[in-house]
Amino acid sequence: MEERDPKPVRRRSRGRRIRREHLLFLAFIAPNFVILGIFTYWPLLYQFYLSLTSWNFLSPEKPFVGLANYRQMFAQQGFLQVLGNTFYFMAAVVAGSLVLGLAVALLLNQKLKGRNLVRSIVFTPYVLSGAAIGLVWDYIFDPHYGLIHAFLEPLGIPSPNWLNSTAYAMPALIIVYLWKNLGFSALVYLAALQNIPRDLYDAAAVDGAGKWASLRHVTIPQLAPATFFVVVITMVQSFSYNAFDIIYVMTQGGPVNATTTLIWYIYQQGFQAFNIGIASAASTVLFIILVTLLLIQNRYVRRRTEEM
Amino acid sequence: MEERVLRVYIGRAVSYALLLLVALLFVIPVFWMLSGSLKTLGEIYTFPPQWIPLHPKFSNYVEAWQAAPFGRYYLNTVIVAFFGTAIEMVDAVLVAYALVFLRFPGKNLFFLALVAALMVPIHATMIANYATVSSLGWVNTYQGIIVPGAATVVAAFLLRQHFTTIPRELVEAARLDGAGHLRTLWSVLLPVSRPVLVTGALITLVGKWNDFLWPLVVTNTSNMRVLSVGLAQLYNQEGQNQWGVIMAATIFVIVPVILVFLRWQKHIVSGLTAGTTKY
Repeated sequence: MEERDPKPVRRRSRGRRIRREHLLFLAFIAPNFVILGIFTYWPLLYQFYLSLTSWNFLSPEKPFVGLANYRQMFAQQGFLQVLGNTFYFMAAVVAGSLVLGLAVALLLNQKLKGRNLVRSIVFTPYVLSGAAIGLVWDYIFDPHYGLIHAFLEPLGIPSPNWLNSTAYAMPALIIVYLWKNLGFSALVYLAALQNIPRDLYDAAAVDGAGKWASLRHVTIPQLAPATFFVVVITMVQSFSYNAFDIIYVMTQGGPVNATTTLIWYIYQQGFQAFNIGIASAASTVLFIILVTLLLIQNRYVRRRTEEM
Repeated sequence: MEERVLRVYIGRAVSYALLLLVALLFVIPVFWMLSGSLKTLGEIYTFPPQWIPLHPKFSNYVEAWQAAPFGRYYLNTVIVAFFGTAIEMVDAVLVAYALVFLRFPGKNLFFLALVAALMVPIHATMIANYATVSSLGWVNTYQGIIVPGAATVVAAFLLRQHFTTIPRELVEAARLDGAGHLRTLWSVLLPVSRPVLVTGALITLVGKWNDFLWPLVVTNTSNMRVLSVGLAQLYNQEGQNQWGVIMAATIFVIVPVILVFLRWQKHIVSGLTAGTTKY
């Protein structure tokens, strides 16, 4: 009621204050959103446009070619293999992160001496340069003087020529990527394990559940949110980055395209062959697949939560 | 009863054995790198392997340092990581403050726009970004490496999350005392946000230190390379005949990050796994 009859001057100053706050809001977010606009949102549109042209980064003209780049790309035998490699890599990394991450987390969740030290040790590679880690493993995989050979030889198993074999190169990359990133999923799971209420286990024990039964019926269902988180993050990271730095030092996409993932293909087409139209088309495909994956997950989660 | 005790003991023994196994799986590769960096060529090319080099060859490090301009790589990496992080953190603070404490019609849309940016990995946009950077004349420059990746998302989320936990009275009291928004931000909010700021800065810094693909494509001379790219190219040059030198160079690249990690482990782990509890 008091507000009804303030002096008009004050009301105007209040309006001015709000307007100033609005301006301040824009000023505060401007630097970040200008960069985001130019280097994150705009490229998606611009790249789509580039994917409809034939260009090499240099020539002043970008002739419009319609969907020719997409047709050409999908007609290549190699491109389907590239998509296959990308999904193979992603699926293995996601599955490995879930299973091994949970196993390590269950181990670290027990009251064992030295577990904090092991936790740090497992997490360390996650913060290190992928190029550096790729090199260390390159040396480990060396078929004659590498560490794996040294372990297999006494057992009478010949070490495969990991990085020069079309069958073993991708598994080698997956091993390295998992080794580097396992700490992340393990720590996410560990934090989630520590949040499970004790009495759920007590209740399960009262019901006569053994270790396996309580793992199956208490732990794993309780970990569902963490599992979802790990799946989303590892999927997006492994799909969109494809361990580019590891591939760069270990296989360069070879042998014979066996480890050419989508990102490597884009890099090759864009920065080695200068087929900007094709590289842009592949980037657009990458983005569309990524968004589709995220939408499917979102949908799945919504259905699950509605069921609950 | 005795059987139960025995089973508990066996269970613990198995657990410790597994813990040791996990530790070894992660320590041995690192040890292999360290020992490799000190091996002579003869010790590298011998089978069964020489675990501990008998005549540690420290000159591998000197050779590595001279095989490529590592001093310059360090300088470039420090510049790129430091300024990139500084820009991101300033942006993050401003964005978080605006989103939490300033009024604006439909400001949630800006938050959603940030979330959406998370779904656009920089690698999915590098072709167009290269074209943009090149039309700005920024290829092979520091700003070319830094600016396209300088928008913040994660650090802004962390800070926004933290600001929402700060009692509004604290901010309103400062405002009533006549402090402007910048003053309130600077002398009221930032001092109580130090842990989050450190966390955000550290994970940003580590990410930029290790960044590979963008610095690779946007630079084209040796004197503009960052450490990770320089290392990879040294390897392409020297090849697999020089494992000792290559491992020494690898250590140049990872030691600063390991030191930072050892010192601020808690911050880094909490920052990198943040969001876990939100789902």
